Amino acid sequence: MRLELVRRPESPWFGIVAPLLAVALTVASGFVLFLALGLDPVETLYQFMLAPLTTFQSLTELGVKGAPLALIATGLAIGFRANVWNIGAEGQLIIGAIAAGGVALAFWNEAGWWILPLMLAASVAGGMAWAAIPAFLKTRFGVNEILTSLMLTYVASLILQMLVFGPWKDPDGFNYPQTRLFSEAALLPVLIEGTRLHAGALVALLAALAAWFVMARTVTGFEIAVVGDAPQAARFAGFSTRRTVWLSFLVGGGAAGLAGAFEAAGPIGQLVPVLTPGYGFTAIIVAFLGRLSPPGIVAAAALMALTYIGGENAQITAGLPQAATGVFQGMLLFYLLATDGLLRFRIRLTGARSPRAAQP
Amino acid sequence: MIDFLIPVMAAAISAATPLLLAATGELVVERSGVLNLGIEGMMLMGAMAGFAAALLTGSHLAGLLAAALAGMLMALVFAVLTLSLSANQVASGLALTIFGIGLSALVGAPYVGQPVPALPKLDIAGLSDLPVAGPLLFRHDGLVYFSVAAVAATWWFLNRTHAGLKLRAVGESAQAAHALGHPVIAIRYAASLFGGAMAGLAGAFLSLSYTPMWMEGMTAGRGWIALALVVFSAWRPWRALVGAYLFGGVGIVQLHAQGAWGLPSEMFSMLPYVATVLVLTVISARSQAGGTGSRAPADLGKPFRASR
Amino acid sequence: MSAVPPRLALAGITKRFGAVVANDDISFSVAPGEIHALVGENGAGKSTLVKIIYGLLRPDAGVIRWNGETVAPTDPHAARRLGIGMVFQHFSLFDAFTVAENIALGLDAAGDRRALAARIASVSASYGLPLEPGRAVGTLSMGERQRVEIVRCLLQNPRLLVMDEPTSVLTPQEAEVLFATLRRLAAEGCSILYISHKLDEIRALCQRATILRAGRVVANCNPAVETARSMAEMMIGNELRVTKRMPSDRAPEKPARLSVNGLDRPAERAFGVALRDIRFSVGPGEIFGIAGVAGNGQGELMEALSGEWRTSAAAAIAVDGAPVADRGPQARRLAGLYTLPEERNGHAAVPGMSLAANTLLSARHHMGLTRAGVIRRDAARRFAQRIVSAFDVRTFGVDVPASSLSGGNLQKFVVGRELLQKPAVLVVAQPTWGVDAGAAAAIHIALADLAREGAAIVVISQDLDELLSLTDRIAVISGGRLSRTLQTAQVTVDEIGLLMGGAEGETRDAA
Repeated sequence: MRLELVRRPESPWFGIVAPLLAVALTVASGFVLFLALGLDPVETLYQFMLAPLTTFQSLTELGVKGAPLALIATGLAIGFRANVWNIGAEGQLIIGAIAAGGVALAFWNEAGWWILPLMLAASVAGGMAWAAIPAFLKTRFGVNEILTSLMLTYVASLILQMLVFGPWKDPDGFNYPQTRLFSEAALLPVLIEGTRLHAGALVALLAALAAWFVMARTVTGFEIAVVGDAPQAARFAGFSTRRTVWLSFLVGGGAAGLAGAFEAAGPIGQLVPVLTPGYGFTAIIVAFLGRLSPPGIVAAAALMALTYIGGENAQITAGLPQAATGVFQGMLLFYLLATDGLLRFRIRLTGARSPRAAQP
Repeated sequence: MIDFLIPVMAAAISAATPLLLAATGELVVERSGVLNLGIEGMMLMGAMAGFAAALLTGSHLAGLLAAALAGMLMALVFAVLTLSLSANQVASGLALTIFGIGLSALVGAPYVGQPVPALPKLDIAGLSDLPVAGPLLFRHDGLVYFSVAAVAATWWFLNRTHAGLKLRAVGESAQAAHALGHPVIAIRYAASLFGGAMAGLAGAFLSLSYTPMWMEGMTAGRGWIALALVVFSAWRPWRALVGAYLFGGVGIVQLHAQGAWGLPSEMFSMLPYVATVLVLTVISARSQAGGTGSRAPADLGKPFRASR
Repeated sequence: MSAVPPRLALAGITKRFGAVVANDDISFSVAPGEIHALVGENGAGKSTLVKIIYGLLRPDAGVIRWNGETVAPTDPHAARRLGIGMVFQHFSLFDAFTVAENIALGLDAAGDRRALAARIASVSASYGLPLEPGRAVGTLSMGERQRVEIVRCLLQNPRLLVMDEPTSVLTPQEAEVLFATLRRLAAEGCSILYISHKLDEIRALCQRATILRAGRVVANCNPAVETARSMAEMMIGNELRVTKRMPSDRAPEKPARLSVNGLDRPAERAFGVALRDIRFSVGPGEIFGIAGVAGNGQGELMEALSGEWRTSAAAAIAVDGAPVADRGPQARRLAGLYTLPEERNGHAAVPGMSLAANTLLSARHHMGLTRAGVIRRDAARRFAQRIVSAFDVRTFGVDVPASSLSGGNLQKFVVGRELLQKPAVLVVAQPTWGVDAGAAAAIHIALADLAREGAAIVVISQDLDELLSLTDRIAVISGGRLSRTLQTAQVTVDEIGLLMGGAEGETRDAA
């Protein structure tokens, strides 16, 4: 017997069915995994997946953690659509946060309205500048952007450490590796009093809306899609691959940098050696889970935020290591890729004497 | 001076070994036309599984076998997704890394901080006591020699055997290889599993020899550097060896230089990553300028489905 | 029939792909030492049948007999063990590998390298097919590559050699050499299944012919007693449309619409071709043909004309006197120069996108399909609709992906997309490649109509018949150089064949 895959006609349903199926399979696998780890699977899954949805406070936390994910993933998705693989968003986020933090620290004893906008502008510029390095190396020398953007993430992380362990360390901070707390003028406004939900969530939604319009309705979006789908056709049309690479990196880097400012000026309120639990990497999964389309990305970001909050919950209540979050995220992407394949192709079992023409 | 240099160079060889093991595996994978970006995840699973098995059984051999097996299982997941289900290789590789980082941390949590004896150094009668060469080359553990032997074997396999020719053919043009009746998917599965086993061993070298302990994320980006090494090597095994030793050297030099000239230690820690970017740039610029022989396999990263 | 069983006999072979029946109850046989033609249009089912014989596909029904015994080759290894050799239309060769490595990959028992090199040398010498075992295949000409394929087969002492469209990459003179080799093989008892749609060469070479149409056998005939026309009618199924065009009555004093003035381009890829001092000009109402064997610089020339490759020497290409060689494709379209590349899927069209979206590739500006950077989706759909009705494109609407159209219909669509924009100059490559006869005729007529309206047209094609029936003047590209220009009406196939082989002096006429 052999497995044979036969291509099925495309159906718009696949785009919705595959993610739902992937979530269901991830939950089922989580059940087995928790059982194997000697945990009560029902209780742990409840803490992981459902408990965060039961209180208002934790629902707003979905927004707090979902906002940076959605913002970064929206930016990255544009590049992924064009087959430009910026996987260094975490580094661009860090540099964005450093740029914003630099502004905040430079004016820490002033109280102008202009401080926050300046911080946000600096973070976008910082993220773009960091993303410009792999863009330049790719367009000028043909260097693989996957490796360079990733290596620069390690470098960015070390720069942040160098600053908070060194010159930017809070002089009144008992030698802890962190900066001063930002002044009131350098903090994002909170949307709902008594929660951590900040204005960055609104910006993320607006960014998703804007990205949706650009990708679905404009020549620029069409250009990106053609470069990704059929690079030769893009050249025929007179679209520039180089331009698309730059655009992808600048938008992705700018969005990640902005997300960095939101983290520093939002829930954290200062710079610390580790700013995020890997939002820049998780956003890659968010982008795929959301089918590279902004509305899907917003939904996927909420789901991923849930795995973070649920992971923290289960850590407290069930003693589950924080790493479980990464396992869930990885499984989710695996299952999405697999269900995608399974839905695009029909599996056919063929007789034992079938030749190796098995892959359609 | 030489008394200082010899331990440094011996340490560089040691630091290079995990890079070399992983890069040799990935080189074969890429020669078959498959791009597996999940080395970091496979290495971590290998490091964790190898450590746990060695700890539980008390046998290093069991540890190494478990590491290779863990790497292969991870590679199998990747292969099913990309080869059987035609999933995007870049996305699948990234997922493999994220999944491997998480799963190794989750399953490995009980083993953090536990001690395990390091892999024994092989004392080769007579050679180990040679001046200079003895401490430099002949006081390592078996995996170090294995990694060099693996390079030689890989070169011989790729360039001197019919099976190796078929593997290269599949990476060069899957359609043409298929038309000649070569089993493209089966060959790519085999190459992927080999890459997984080598990445697993690379991880085990870290957790059983380099720093004999297990901790989360202990590969620290070495999987990615191994990927860069494959590009550096122009897909040739011996050049991967040279590259690995160069990178191992950079890693050791930065350790020894920490704090020199009053510079912050982070600046030295950046060196391997910055060096990777620079080397990739030089390699790419040279191949763009018409350098010969540094061409990637023509079908690298392209999914294959037999046409009707 | 004699007592000797046929070398190969097919009975009732049927193969379906979903709803499409590619082979429908096909039966015929090939005798030992016979050169048997399998004739049919593109899409008639020849390639599917060949893949079944070679074990790459399994039939849904039917029986294959080999020397009288029922066999079922499950893969090419099994087919080769039986003694079936195969020379593909699209070579299964590896550019980066040497000739010897390429040959070793096609052999099941890979012996010692030196022994193999010696066998290659002896076989290629005895059949007059010279090869250097150590050369990289990427550096070989198309004809030499075919030699590699043939020698690879001959090393296994085949009893049946299947040749799929072998002359499509050869000059007429090279084809004659190939025929001599095939006749000699047949005389030695090797059967040959010769797949082609070129009827003249079938009449010259083959003893019998099986004609396929729409997946079925429509006739078995002796090509020697048929005319090319009668076989063509069997192949196509209705009265043959002749698209022979009268030469245009272009007044020679009218200024050229397209002039290419000493275009140079260095070789870029590892195995690419350099263009050297390309010169020609095309006037209003004229169709200019560029013939040549594949891989002699056609792709490079097309990129240079379309603007996918640019040079700083702006005057190297001029449209109505305006230099454009330093501009990109879109700027050239604004100047009136439109191009249509050979490859439909992924070059002239994005397969995964709708027909409406595909209009945006080349017509977004000229047809006003965008406004301030925003796509006017209704306008794009309407323009796509216009193409579909004007060019009789068979499709379920304009929102279906381009990949859902057959090759001929998609080609009509992309040709229509360019023609409806009324280009001043149109350059098309292989306009009827892989297209059924009906669509090919429609495309030829549309091109002739465009010329009549005053446009200048360049057709780059490997199909000599197409060029001879369609063009006014013709030149040949060989090794990146363009030959002198010939009047199509006065040219002979022999003359073009010599030019295709690169046998041209440096003389060029000024035209």
